[in-house]
Amino acid sequence: MKKQHFIALLIVILFGTAKLNFEQRLSEANRAAFFHGAKLDLSLRQQIGQAGFLAALGGFRSVVADFLWIEGHIAWEQTRWGRMALLFNDATTLQPRNLMFWDISAWQLGWNASIAALNDVHQPDKARRIETQHQYWKAAEDVYLRGIQNNPDYYYLYEMLADLYRDKFQDHLKAFEYYDKAARFPNAPIYEKRMAAYQLSYVPDREKEAYGLLLKYFNMGEKEHLPELLTRLQYLENKLNVPASQRVQLTPEDLQELKNLPNRENISPAQGGGNPDKKP
Amino acid sequence: MNTLPAKTPHRIFSFARIWAISGNTLLELVRLKVFYFLLIFALLIIGSAGFTEILNMPFQNQFQILEDVSLGAMSIFTILLATLATANMLPKDVEDRTLYTLLAKPVPRFEYLMGKLLGMFLLLLVSTLIMSAMFIAALYAKYHSVASATIQQYSHAPDLPSILKDLDAHAFPVGLVPCIIAIYIKVLLLATLTLLISTFSSSYIFTVFISFTCYFIGSIEGMARDYMLTQNPGQGVRLFVLLVSLVFPDLRLFDLVDDTVAGNYIATALFLKTVGLGFAYVFVYSLVAYVIFSFKEL
Repeated sequence: MKKQHFIALLIVILFGTAKLNFEQRLSEANRAAFFHGAKLDLSLRQQIGQAGFLAALGGFRSVVADFLWIEGHIAWEQTRWGRMALLFNDATTLQPRNLMFWDISAWQLGWNASIAALNDVHQPDKARRIETQHQYWKAAEDVYLRGIQNNPDYYYLYEMLADLYRDKFQDHLKAFEYYDKAARFPNAPIYEKRMAAYQLSYVPDREKEAYGLLLKYFNMGEKEHLPELLTRLQYLENKLNVPASQRVQLTPEDLQELKNLPNRENISPAQGGGNPDKKP
Repeated sequence: MNTLPAKTPHRIFSFARIWAISGNTLLELVRLKVFYFLLIFALLIIGSAGFTEILNMPFQNQFQILEDVSLGAMSIFTILLATLATANMLPKDVEDRTLYTLLAKPVPRFEYLMGKLLGMFLLLLVSTLIMSAMFIAALYAKYHSVASATIQQYSHAPDLPSILKDLDAHAFPVGLVPCIIAIYIKVLLLATLTLLISTFSSSYIFTVFISFTCYFIGSIEGMARDYMLTQNPGQGVRLFVLLVSLVFPDLRLFDLVDDTVAGNYIATALFLKTVGLGFAYVFVYSLVAYVIFSFKEL
């Protein structure tokens, strides 16, 4: 080895030793800031092909994800649900911090694909159609859960999953849990806490707790006197047999709001009973 | 009477000499018509902006694809430019005999190398700035077309201000400028690495091949290190990954585009550390290039 090569190698190794620790700490700080979280494994390689995988490895992950997303969008236009689901899955794997990818993927499965399965004219067996519809709901749930795993720092997907539990599974307890989780984020819209309380009011044996929450919001001022809140309060007062003297005192405006509403009693929003007031 | 101008003493280091070499390097590269790639870049961003509109995608998707494609193209073009043009600098000077003419004068070899590198950095800077300007112009054009369509569609909607706020956030994410700077720092690093390789390389093809190999190794090095730390592989694999990490730069650290376009925000301290690391690489690789070049028999 020539002298200059030896010196060069020595400098590279000395610098390498010094930078190794720094790079590792920087890498950890990046991960803590949710950078470079994509998991590029061999199953993804099989799905996106060698060129796509190489491009993703070479620092063009988002571009590959966009191309897959466009392909998935075209598959949706052609109502090829299986292909759409696969392509959206690859896009979300490559871009796990893209909330919109997760949300649209899950929404397509949970709402559009499931409805298409229920109305599938090629499947005469209704039980099978319903079963497929449920499978799409489960697939949507899985997408939202994976999305939350990758984006635990933002309220949005918690809310969307709660919507799925409320509208599709009609699982009000889970809907409450996820609205409640969403509401705990400092930047969450203020309707999240109301949505959580509404859902809790549908859960058997939790009515008292729900009543307490709704009463708290009612007492926060007239801005909170929304039709859904008033309806749920009245329902719970009847259900819990709250004495007339302890019931909330509605203003003439509140009563007018209630008069304009149809009688919804204990009908869940999915059945057309609720009109979630997502007002900030 | 002596009519000759007063003789200025020769200085060991002269920024004027470096500047003259870098100016000439930039001129040579511009004469090679390297800026033609900007036309392809323009076509790409116009194409991607129009394509998403035809597909009738939500505006969030449209902006994201425009940003991804533009920044991705910016990255590809600058990487190609940094690698291919830098790999050709020394062999071309040897072929044209410019190198011998220059070094026969009292120009130290490190000034020659610095001048060449600075010329390359300037070319990359000009290219990045032009592409950024084109990209921002495309973003503004898209923003105005989407905003006017949105205002028309939701003119009576009470939540129009919040929709427009969302549109602003997607059209101009805060992290775009750091992303472009990170792309620039990454290509400075690559250009310096390519120059280092060309100081001991035997041919242009060899330099290009090794530079691209280093780029790919650098891009996956971080993943390999993560694997080593989390999966606990055998001693052989650990030693190999350690050696690779010692020698090659972790280029993944400079890839901020993917996650920033998706909505992530990079903290200033983290960004400054990344920039600092990039400049440290540039300094060390320049030093190593000088060590090899200073002993090279020409």
